[in-house]
Amino acid sequence: MRATKRLWIRTAVGAAAAAALMGSAWAQETLKIGLLANLEGPFAVPGQDGYRGADMALKEKNGMAGGKKIEFVKVSSDATPDKAVAMTRKAVEQDKVQIMIGPLSGDEGIAVKNYAKTKPEITFINGSSGAQATTLTDPAPNFYRFNTEGAQWMVGLGEHALAKGYKRTFLISEDYGFPYSQVQGFMASYCAKGGKVVDKAWVPLGTKDYASVIAKIPKDIDALVVVLGGSDAVNFLTQYEQAGGNKPMIGGSITVDQTVLNYKGKRRESLLGTASAGPMADSIDTPEWKKFVADYKAQFKDGFPSPSLFAYLYYINTRATLEALDAVKGDLSNGQKAYRDALQKTSFKGPAGEVKIDANRNGVGTTYITEVTKAPDGSFYNKVVKTVPNISQTLGLPEAEFKKMGLGSRDVPDCRK
Amino acid sequence: MTEARKRIALWLLFGGPVAVFSVWAIADNPPLYFKTLLNGLTLASLYFLVASGFTLVFGLMRNVNLAHGSLFLLGAYVGWVVGENTGSWLLAVAAGFLSAAVLGLLMQVFIFRFMEGQDLRQTLVTIGLSIVLADLMLWAFGGEIYTFDPPAWIYGSTVLPVVEKFPTYRIAVLLAAIVIGIGLWSFLARTRIGMMIRAGVDDRGMLAASGVNVQLVFAITFAIGAGLAGLAGVVGGTALSISPGEDTRYLLASLVVVIVGGMGSVVGASIGALLIGLAEQFGLAYAPTYSVVFTFVIMVVALAFRPRGIMGRAG
Amino acid sequence: MSASQWRRAMNSAATAAAPSTAARPPLSPRQASPSVPGVDPIASPGWLARLGARIRLRHLVVLVAAVAYPFVASPFFTYQIGAQSLALGLIALSLTFLGGYGGMVSLAQMTIAGLAGYLVAIFGTSSMVSISLGWPWWLAVPFALLGATVFAAAVGWLSVRTEGIYTIMITLAIGVAFFYLAQQNYTVFNGFQGLSKIAAPELGGIDFREPVPFYFVALGCALTGYFLVKHLVRAPFGVALQGIRDNPRRMESLGFHVTAHRVAAYAVAGLLAAVGGVLMVWYNGRISPGTVNLAQMISILIIAVLGGMKHPIGAFIGAIVYVLLQNFAIDLFVRERFNLVIGGVFLAIVLFSPDGLLGLWAKLRSSLGRTQISHQKRRPQ
Repeated sequence: MRATKRLWIRTAVGAAAAAALMGSAWAQETLKIGLLANLEGPFAVPGQDGYRGADMALKEKNGMAGGKKIEFVKVSSDATPDKAVAMTRKAVEQDKVQIMIGPLSGDEGIAVKNYAKTKPEITFINGSSGAQATTLTDPAPNFYRFNTEGAQWMVGLGEHALAKGYKRTFLISEDYGFPYSQVQGFMASYCAKGGKVVDKAWVPLGTKDYASVIAKIPKDIDALVVVLGGSDAVNFLTQYEQAGGNKPMIGGSITVDQTVLNYKGKRRESLLGTASAGPMADSIDTPEWKKFVADYKAQFKDGFPSPSLFAYLYYINTRATLEALDAVKGDLSNGQKAYRDALQKTSFKGPAGEVKIDANRNGVGTTYITEVTKAPDGSFYNKVVKTVPNISQTLGLPEAEFKKMGLGSRDVPDCRK
Repeated sequence: MTEARKRIALWLLFGGPVAVFSVWAIADNPPLYFKTLLNGLTLASLYFLVASGFTLVFGLMRNVNLAHGSLFLLGAYVGWVVGENTGSWLLAVAAGFLSAAVLGLLMQVFIFRFMEGQDLRQTLVTIGLSIVLADLMLWAFGGEIYTFDPPAWIYGSTVLPVVEKFPTYRIAVLLAAIVIGIGLWSFLARTRIGMMIRAGVDDRGMLAASGVNVQLVFAITFAIGAGLAGLAGVVGGTALSISPGEDTRYLLASLVVVIVGGMGSVVGASIGALLIGLAEQFGLAYAPTYSVVFTFVIMVVALAFRPRGIMGRAG
Repeated sequence: MSASQWRRAMNSAATAAAPSTAARPPLSPRQASPSVPGVDPIASPGWLARLGARIRLRHLVVLVAAVAYPFVASPFFTYQIGAQSLALGLIALSLTFLGGYGGMVSLAQMTIAGLAGYLVAIFGTSSMVSISLGWPWWLAVPFALLGATVFAAAVGWLSVRTEGIYTIMITLAIGVAFFYLAQQNYTVFNGFQGLSKIAAPELGGIDFREPVPFYFVALGCALTGYFLVKHLVRAPFGVALQGIRDNPRRMESLGFHVTAHRVAAYAVAGLLAAVGGVLMVWYNGRISPGTVNLAQMISILIIAVLGGMKHPIGAFIGAIVYVLLQNFAIDLFVRERFNLVIGGVFLAIVLFSPDGLLGLWAKLRSSLGRTQISHQKRRPQ
């Protein structure tokens, strides 16, 4: 009896081992793709939405692309370029991913691009970073950005402001790279068509108390151009209202977006009517966008009421990554040459318009002009008032003129008088 | 140089440029100058509210509580939840005070009591606590921005001479800070417990020797100090919203205010708050690029002349 | 804070069990350490013999392991874990020296390291041609070290007039001021974006940007720093410093210039941090205000305390643990709660084992029944 029992046990173990070995031979090949967003630091909440966007794109493809099973290797940074590069390096060198998607913020993007140059055999695709310099200055041949950047997001808003009669404006903005790009995008056509930005108030990043800045607003202007993000935007808007201000406002892409409109507390009526612009809006009236929103709501019960900018951006970049993989049937050989050619040619109809890249591997896309409106249920959302398609990095200007202007900074562009 | 002459020289050295600047600014744009002045005063009130608790705790227990900012933030969040559910802003303020006071009490009774005399270790523990608390609050409340809903009679703007429209709420903060400041001062100067606290600041050993339950006094003091932070959390959160990261911001502000004003002195905290609040607002209005550095430069200069702070005393 | 309170906070049974190299020599500099009685530790003819007597097996093992590490570990581990730990450990070592042996806990060590990094970028080559002066590395680096050390001495001069916890607060404020200066200034520091494309040099055909050569540079600097600290604390300077830590008034009355000693200690610690900073800027290839923000400043303190401030090796042990956690916490724990893990570990260490991991190790050894090696009589508190 005992001998039989031992025989049974050995057979069982042997069979299990054989099954495991065979099982691994049966298992499909897995392709690891690195995914970098922020789970710490100031963009912790948007970062989670970025992961959601990427997950959505993968789910649409049922977890497969190019005939292989796709596995995301998720790493997280805290909005500092140092950590972004460190985590990218971990994903590439330690976890051995062959394709890397990310990062989230503008300066992280520039740092990751520089790292990408040292790893020519890996393909890097952007997450949501939107700094102009990433692709305009010293680009990396293996860094692809399917989304448009900060300056492109504001093209068309200048004309809209002039159409509303705002000929003289005052600018209040955070003092770093991304707002510089946004302001350039706005002013490129605003100034050219006769608008005047009377003065610019560059506020240090992290300023909470805008009382003195508000005190400096001149009386003879038509509107305020406010390029602040997140909690800075909420603070400014509440303080401006408290100080009795009543000038209309034009906001940057992250000044009146979901995170700001969704702050916990009483909705301030003064926000209604604020114009803004960005690569997407909560209320685009196309079947693709509606499906995108419905899928997001169904998959993520703990997400925002509507997908945020970051979910959208990570979604289109990830979808481009996977579609190109499908196009080459997962062939990453020969320095990923076939894959990169496919990426260059990738174009599809995304939830918010056509997604494609230019020769510099930067996205060419649509900008939506929006205004803050009240929904029937009392919540605020951004209503699309105008759609401006096909915007490239030269912001609608002829290339020579754009190159002469240079990249946005504190004093570029300038049209005071 | 005699002491009096030295004082006059210092007043001239610092007061001189300020006077010259003020004359120029008033001539250039009077509403801006006075608005900035008022803004500075009101910001100073907020800083005073936050820093008073910090300096109280340090003065008596020699405990540099670097978790003070976390207490501020906790009071704000709890106050917000209470305010949302009851619809009363005043209840939110009370809840902010109480919740932070309770946490402070627990910290003192269960952790700091066993580390008497080990100042460095206490400070390190507060650093660890602040990191842990910050992450727990991020987990519990998320990264969204929270704003408060004060009653309508505080909200909105009032019309004042010269400055025209000015936010009513900031005036309310100024009044609140004055009331609380006077209240705190009277508490310390006139009540029996206040007397014990002051005695303890001067000589802890003697206090224990005269039969006072020192641990009880410590616990009460820490609770009050922490409660003040929580109260400031709701008050400050109404003026400027609440989000993760506010804890470090207000901790740094308290730190600079208390270093400049002198540790352990409530009057010092008010002087420090005035200096820093005014400097920050004038900096933002007239020289925004370096306004924040300006604040710290003041701190460095103050230290160079008076290492213990303006009202601080040795020991 | 009084001297006895400080000593009580830093002392524990662990000191007694620590090896002879960590024993604090008595106040009089002329009385030599107990292990080699009667020999002047500095100008001794038999220093080689003395060295041989003090090298233990574990020193050799650690040295061999450190040298052999890059040849057995993957390039990722050599670079991101190994070299980074050594560079961070060097900065934390400066804090251990200043805080553990000097009694002055300064949170500005990362600031000094960051300034050295910025100076390397400004004096040498970087992405901003308008800012960088373009000097060759053998000119840029020494000047960067000099600049950072001078800054450290200035920080010391400001902080030395205050004591104990005041030092923490003031150095914290100075560090934050520098962060805001670097963030707001575009003409020198290039503001929020910082400076990038800062690379280690190529020398004699060896590219020091590669993992293995860079690791050895970092190892060399770390070893130099380590031995410098070990030597310094036994030299008259270090002994006097520890005396000043314990009882400044007595040292003053003995004729020691207390302030000068303290400022000099800040300068030495600044030099160590500056070397660490140069390594860090070469490691990252860039520097920005994010490198010197509040979180980074506190992380140096965490590293030093984690390892244990009693012995120089503690800084490196803390750095290795910290870097490992930072890289692999995302794989092991709930990804978003990294700060909770680090904060919790730090809190646990400070509450239950103030001497850090070294203290835990010593307690473990003594509790496992090994004989206590005690060179020090218990002083009446």
